[in-house]
Amino acid sequence: MKSTLKKAGYSKVQKQVHDVFLQFTSKIVFFIIILFAFKLFFAGHYTPGGGFVGGLLAAAAIILLMIAYDQKTVAKMLPIDFRILIGAGLSFAAVLPTLSFLFGTPFFTHQHTYINVPVFGEVALHSAVIFDVGVFLTVAGAALLIIKLIAEEDA
Amino acid sequence: MELITIILSGILIGASVYLMLSKSLIRIIIGTALLSHGVHLMLLTMGQLKRGNVPVLDPEVSSYTDPLPQAMILTAIVIAFALTAYILVLALRMYKEIGTDNVEEMKGVPHDD
Amino acid sequence: MTTNILALLPILIPLFSGIIMLFMGKRPVRHRVVSGITGLLMMLAAAFIVAHVFQNGTMVTYIGDWMAPFGINLVIDMASALLLLTTSVITFAVIVYSFQSIGIEREKYYYYVMVMFMITGVNGAFSTGDIFNMFVFFEVFLLSSYVLITLGGKKIQLQEGFKYLLVNLISSNFFVLGLAYLYSVTGSLNMADIYLKLENYDGSLVIMTIIAVVFLFVFATKAGLFPLYFWLPGSYYAPPMPVIALFGALLTKVGVYAIARTYSLFFIGNEAFTHQALLLLALLTIVLGSVGALAYTDMKNIIIYNILIAVGVIIVGFSMMDEIGTIGAMYYLIHDMIIKAALFMLVGFIIYRTGKADSERLGGLIKRHPVAGWMFLVAGFALAGVPPLSGFYGKFFIVQSTFDNDHYIAGLIVLISSLAVLISVVRIFMNVFWRGDMDFSTLKPIKTDKLLFASIGLVIVSVVFGLAADLLYPFFEMAASSFHDPASYASYLTEVE
Repeated sequence: MKSTLKKAGYSKVQKQVHDVFLQFTSKIVFFIIILFAFKLFFAGHYTPGGGFVGGLLAAAAIILLMIAYDQKTVAKMLPIDFRILIGAGLSFAAVLPTLSFLFGTPFFTHQHTYINVPVFGEVALHSAVIFDVGVFLTVAGAALLIIKLIAEEDA
Repeated sequence: MELITIILSGILIGASVYLMLSKSLIRIIIGTALLSHGVHLMLLTMGQLKRGNVPVLDPEVSSYTDPLPQAMILTAIVIAFALTAYILVLALRMYKEIGTDNVEEMKGVPHDD
Repeated sequence: MTTNILALLPILIPLFSGIIMLFMGKRPVRHRVVSGITGLLMMLAAAFIVAHVFQNGTMVTYIGDWMAPFGINLVIDMASALLLLTTSVITFAVIVYSFQSIGIEREKYYYYVMVMFMITGVNGAFSTGDIFNMFVFFEVFLLSSYVLITLGGKKIQLQEGFKYLLVNLISSNFFVLGLAYLYSVTGSLNMADIYLKLENYDGSLVIMTIIAVVFLFVFATKAGLFPLYFWLPGSYYAPPMPVIALFGALLTKVGVYAIARTYSLFFIGNEAFTHQALLLLALLTIVLGSVGALAYTDMKNIIIYNILIAVGVIIVGFSMMDEIGTIGAMYYLIHDMIIKAALFMLVGFIIYRTGKADSERLGGLIKRHPVAGWMFLVAGFALAGVPPLSGFYGKFFIVQSTFDNDHYIAGLIVLISSLAVLISVVRIFMNVFWRGDMDFSTLKPIKTDKLLFASIGLVIVSVVFGLAADLLYPFFEMAASSFHDPASYASYLTEVE
């Protein structure tokens, strides 16, 4: 392909192929994947799902954007250092279980309650959700960081 | 049912050994991934395969499924995921630095130029 | 309540410190301050734990408020507490040593963060009471060690790091396999509970022996036992000196601890086979380690082969599984962790100062560094077990135990190995410090105060440990009791019922 392009007169081979179809579809599919990621994340106490799956899926959505556009565009859209994301996730996951010491219960002790919300009806509130947010952030951050590092090495 | 999964995990581990004995880095990495799959399948089988029972110990329920192997596999899968990700990045760096993905050429003590 | 917090501190302190440093970004000086403070805090916490366990007996905490055989729990008996304290002391010394030796580039790329996560894993593996949780903590420190061994990205580091990763990955997978078998036999993951279930085990001994062999394969790979130490000399040669000091002092010893724990708690049905196999492998390790230590002139290689000898000697003690043998093994384990770190640091100091690792090409260094030279000699004597230094007590008890159990050849091999250790270390001393002068103008002008502070500090700790060994005997007696009398380890479960 390289030589054909050169024959056709391209002096510099373009690294990123601008595919209109891919870019247009990925704009829509991105939101579907992200919403599904959040659905899985919130499903994850009594039904299958949880922070790990949700985080991976959210990372997959952003990786789709990276494939469709390029690194720089995605970096502009999401100006986050993924290392900070991992750090934030880890601190969520580590601080919350430690807080249970303040209430005199052992590490990782789970607290939960049920409240009535007008539209949704009875909703279960769990302290474990905050831990799961940490898992979500860590997994998403780690997956994205690895993909970003590999992509940068390749460029 | 157990017999089938045990044979399957044996096939997976056999394939992984074959892949890990090859010379290419990327095949070795795929081999390690297959090895972890085979081992996880074995772990699942060892907790007995049952369907349709509740996973909690309740005095009113006489037959229940053991949820622990699944919890263990989930942990092991996460660890295997992290390892595979790291080993891929490492293999890429090795390919860039050493200039080959052939394990045969990585003998001896290399020196930095 | 206090037990809850105290037992978790050795895991939580390094974890939080690592997270804090992640948020700081690439600021090496702040990383140094945070990790130094963390080291001090860890020593303080571990000292409190030792005192607490000495007064109140085994410390147990239930994570998530789940009762004993069902949930994960941390069980810190005296052996774990002493190992935690030693780990903290070594970590602090290595961190101080790293300030001037690891290099600003590695510090920027989260070197201290990885050290902290590794210590989290090591401390967790020492203190957990759940076999699957032990696997998880093994993976935590192994993942960090993969990063540490390749950090810096030199060719040799990448190449040896990949081998290290592959070997450990395969053995970790076998760990899961062994866990699967063990779970299918016992239906439990709590180590004390498994002991209670296997105590009255009347099923097939064959399956238990197979599980024992799988676990031995796993932990022998981590600890560097014959014939699975093949990866160790190559991989430990690659990373910079502070990392080698950490690996050599801590990582192999976690494998040794795991062997001792599992072989005292789980595999008690067929001791005639399992513990004899363990003894045989340990003796072969000692012999081949001695051959390696005597064959090389490269200082790093000599000390690396000395790791193998020490692992062999400790395992000989544990494979006896009587009171004297395990006391000796505990003494030697603690002694070896401290003195190996100190020796690696001193060798590292010589290498950083001269730029050469081959002892044949050096000489007369005692004129420039008398303190370091004499400290090296003291450390070498301690390693070989010259009384009254710390190595003597461990070896004395181990040899006594082998003679008690009619394993005269094992005792002789342990004794002769001391001679090999002495020759190999004194040869470094003679070559580097004593012989005709080398060209002093080739010495590198580096700051050495913190390097020497850390390494000499550890040698002094070791000397004090050796002189105070008699006073510390009650601690070690208590520590050994959970190995030769596993019922005392499992007693926290039976008391609940």
